[in-house]
Amino acid sequence: MVLDILIAVMVVSLIGAVLAALLTISEHFFANYGPCRININDERDVTVQGGKNLLSTLTAEKIFIPSACGGRGTCGLCKLTVLEGGGLLLPTEEPFLEKDEIESNVRLSCQVKVRNDLKIEIDPELFAVREYVCKCADIVDLTHDIKQFRFDLVEPDRMDFVPGQYIQLLSPVYKKGIEEVYRAYSISSDPQRADSIETIIRLVPGGICTTYCFEYLKVGDEVRLNGPYGDFRLSDTDAPIVFIAGGSGMAPIKCILHFMKNTGNKRKATYYFGANKVEELFLLDEMRQFEKELADFTFMPVVVADPDGEDWTGERGLVTDAVQRKVTNAPQCEAYLCGSPGMIDASIKVLTDLGMKEESVFYDKFA
Amino acid sequence: MNIGMEIQQAFVVCISAVFTQNILLTYFLGLCPFLGVSREVKTATGLGLAVVFVLTSTCMLNWLVYKYVLVPLGLEFFRFIIFIIVIAAFVQLVEMVIDRYSPSLYQKLGVFLPLITVNCAILGASLFMVIRDYSFIVTIGYGLGSGLGWLLAIIAMAGIRQRLANDRIPAGLQGPGITLIIAGLMALAFMGFSGVLQGR
Repeated sequence: MVLDILIAVMVVSLIGAVLAALLTISEHFFANYGPCRININDERDVTVQGGKNLLSTLTAEKIFIPSACGGRGTCGLCKLTVLEGGGLLLPTEEPFLEKDEIESNVRLSCQVKVRNDLKIEIDPELFAVREYVCKCADIVDLTHDIKQFRFDLVEPDRMDFVPGQYIQLLSPVYKKGIEEVYRAYSISSDPQRADSIETIIRLVPGGICTTYCFEYLKVGDEVRLNGPYGDFRLSDTDAPIVFIAGGSGMAPIKCILHFMKNTGNKRKATYYFGANKVEELFLLDEMRQFEKELADFTFMPVVVADPDGEDWTGERGLVTDAVQRKVTNAPQCEAYLCGSPGMIDASIKVLTDLGMKEESVFYDKFA
Repeated sequence: MNIGMEIQQAFVVCISAVFTQNILLTYFLGLCPFLGVSREVKTATGLGLAVVFVLTSTCMLNWLVYKYVLVPLGLEFFRFIIFIIVIAAFVQLVEMVIDRYSPSLYQKLGVFLPLITVNCAILGASLFMVIRDYSFIVTIGYGLGSGLGWLLAIIAMAGIRQRLANDRIPAGLQGPGITLIIAGLMALAFMGFSGVLQGR
């Protein structure tokens, strides 16, 4: 009886082992494509071992292409342009590509196998996305539930970003039962300081990453983040600017203001900053400093609640009310909004009612 | 039984596997790719042809493994595990070879191979061939017939779904819902073949 079981187990294992060996050997012969050179955007050459799909090959080279399905060809996000060496378009890719994309050699990188030298083109912004190891250098309380964090970049030691972009911060497993997550936060720092990243975070009750930042993260801790991402940015026009952002939505606006100062941008700009109470306003000194240093910038804090005994002489009411009262030349202006979806939708409505064109409203929704 | 009679039986089994005993519409095996990859006739045909090839060749392989390895060692009860690893290894090997030597064939068929590696229709056919005690030649007919039956069913389904694309379907039934209803109706229609042939 025992012998029977032993023989059975051995035979099955043996068959498995023989087949596995066969596969390994044939993989060595058939799937060995040798070293291949991938030329990216005519800028960089990477030499890789061929045989795997392009998506995972690029990921191994720390070039992150967004993909939601993990390379199974079902999400259609990992598109990039393969100019040379990609082979024939596969039927698994076709459903995800438009006609003009097929004509311009757009492929799903998870379906393209690296068999030979390739010449590819990827969005330069994705090309710039990296994984960073940082050190938490500074934590400042701004209000009772908003803090400003500074992370010094260690490896790589600098990040080039467009003002208005965001990073994804890794919240590690800090407590049993909590999983690793990435959360997006806009960069608030001066873009001239490429060796560190500053961001403004509001505590979300029960939020995994914000709880980590507020209760566990200490100055000196190692932090991981990747980025930069996003297409929220200042346009290249001369139109007067209306910024609207409350709470931690100040982050990308502050970054853009730094940028305007650095580049000597002379555009007229007004920043409507909404808060429920006077004590929820923050970074007022910095904003007053911008008023002095920028050519034509007005900071306009707007407070909702009745200031019982508080000394408040500024604008009152909802931020959208203030915009309605103050903005008189909406059709000529551009608006940059940042904050909760509710606030953004309400602002878009007010601005378009005032006559602003919808394509002149740019926003970054914090969902 | 002489060779001539066996070939004749193989032919009957093959035809009956296509129509009356259709592995998809009678046994409802291999339903996952049937629902997932039946949006276009072109891709459905590619997948179907890959199934025909894999089904036929794995049935033959598994017959040999069963007859010359499992039966002599008295390990028939292990056929589930052994069949599935033989299928997986074979499909991987074929994919590697096609990928290397024939990019155009890979483009038409190869990409579908990983999809059907662990497909229950493939394993099901190998198990049926054991249960029904087919000889080697009949097994070839059975594998080929099952594959062709699956191909026929998925092409028909893709054709129907392409026409359906412009029709108004209630929100709750869109996607898998209406597809399963169609599959059911097709199965009923295929029952009409049952009087034609009484092959085993």
